[in-house]
Amino acid sequence: MIDFVMPTLGADMDEGTLDEWRVKPGDAVTRGQIVAVVETTKAAVEIECWHDGVVQELLVPVGQTVAVGTPLATLLEPGESPGAPSARPEPAAAPAPAETSPAPARPAPSAPVGHRLWVSPVARRTAVTLGVDLKGLTGTGPQGAITLRDVEHAAATAHHEKPAPPPTPPRPATAAPKSAAEKARERGAAMRASIAAAMSRSKREIPHYYLANEIILDPALAWLTEQNAGRPITERLLPAVLQLKAVALAARKFPEFNGFWRDDGFQPAAGQHVGVAISLRGGGLVAPAIHDVSEKPLAELMADLTDLVARARAGSLRSSEMSDPTITVTNLGEKGVDAVFGVIYPEQVAIVGFGRPAQRVVVVDGGIRVATTVQSSLAADHRASDGARGALFLAEIDRLLQRPQEL
Amino acid sequence: MSKDEIRSGVVAELLAIAPEIEEGDLSDTELLRDQVDLDSMDWLNFLVRLHKRFEVDIPESQYAFLRTIEDLTGYIDQHR
Repeated sequence: MIDFVMPTLGADMDEGTLDEWRVKPGDAVTRGQIVAVVETTKAAVEIECWHDGVVQELLVPVGQTVAVGTPLATLLEPGESPGAPSARPEPAAAPAPAETSPAPARPAPSAPVGHRLWVSPVARRTAVTLGVDLKGLTGTGPQGAITLRDVEHAAATAHHEKPAPPPTPPRPATAAPKSAAEKARERGAAMRASIAAAMSRSKREIPHYYLANEIILDPALAWLTEQNAGRPITERLLPAVLQLKAVALAARKFPEFNGFWRDDGFQPAAGQHVGVAISLRGGGLVAPAIHDVSEKPLAELMADLTDLVARARAGSLRSSEMSDPTITVTNLGEKGVDAVFGVIYPEQVAIVGFGRPAQRVVVVDGGIRVATTVQSSLAADHRASDGARGALFLAEIDRLLQRPQEL
Repeated sequence: MSKDEIRSGVVAELLAIAPEIEEGDLSDTELLRDQVDLDSMDWLNFLVRLHKRFEVDIPESQYAFLRTIEDLTGYIDQHR
């Protein structure tokens, strides 16, 4: 018997609302399969299961908000025969057992005064469809956010004098689909609170130090131009993938920048899962991971990056992408700034920034030259590393970008 | 396919990439980068969509000449 629990989806998320089950009791599941969708303030996150097995029982109904670590379902291991559900041992480590009992009406927390309404995207869509005024509602979701269930409940009670049955109105197919930009804007409001929480924690807890290094980009860009001339447009590479790969390889060589600061100690990570800071069109940002960047060829990284950016902007990410980044890269060069000094996402210990590539005057071998350069930067956690190692780490990124053919 | 049809196709793909813009606000001759927030990933995705829609190849060496809706429409008209 395996307890499938609500995973952590980043330092700023301690609860989420179950939005959808993608499996039912009796279904076989495989490692990596998406079994549920959980709404957080950042995105509708597809929850992956990390065990092979057969679903025995779903413990949390759709619409309920539960804490991280709460068992969501029980799985039978391959070959295990179903026992009586009552034989299930009490989960020893359930951090919030009260949350697991199906509480039909969670006591509504009094709405915090003075901040704007937080509404999950699906709830907002449904509210428009059902004609529910969001202003009159009290949210029961994460941080008082209004969830789909709140909206459905309000719609049901508005239409019936008697107490509403468990609301299960079908989602009308006639609802006009909202544009991606509209959805992104809505998510932006709730996301602001998540970003505020994570970044405040970072600046409160992490003693950052900052280093910068100007990198000559001509060899990398020339190599890329030559590569892309021979590639169909669907397989062209962007400079960003060279940066991601160089950071991952440097992080493999300097493991004190790749991992987590937890329980007063540094825990190096086994793989280099690089978080990519992606700005969303409606405002806000997410930094989900591309897994095993140091192991992947550039073409595969490019495909992964394209896919990740598209899904991040559509508000559909996977749990492992949210929870796994071991180091983050932020590139603000396209917005026209020369350099960016990042704020570390807890519990990571480093963030590498890249500014705008531009022609600049540099001195090479005692002579003045015009070269295309980019400002790289490192913000790192001084508890986990020191500036001298940080300098070597940045220099390694530089060295790697001078040999793009080896990336 | 007329140039007008090509232009509508170009604008449709642009709106797919940047849904926040209003079609009526777009000028054919102003620089795209001054009208639409496109990073290099958006630009590449936009060109891939044009490539699929019009079956036209757009080499990277041409990017510098494709700066307005008018440029793109003309390029596709000549190369498809």
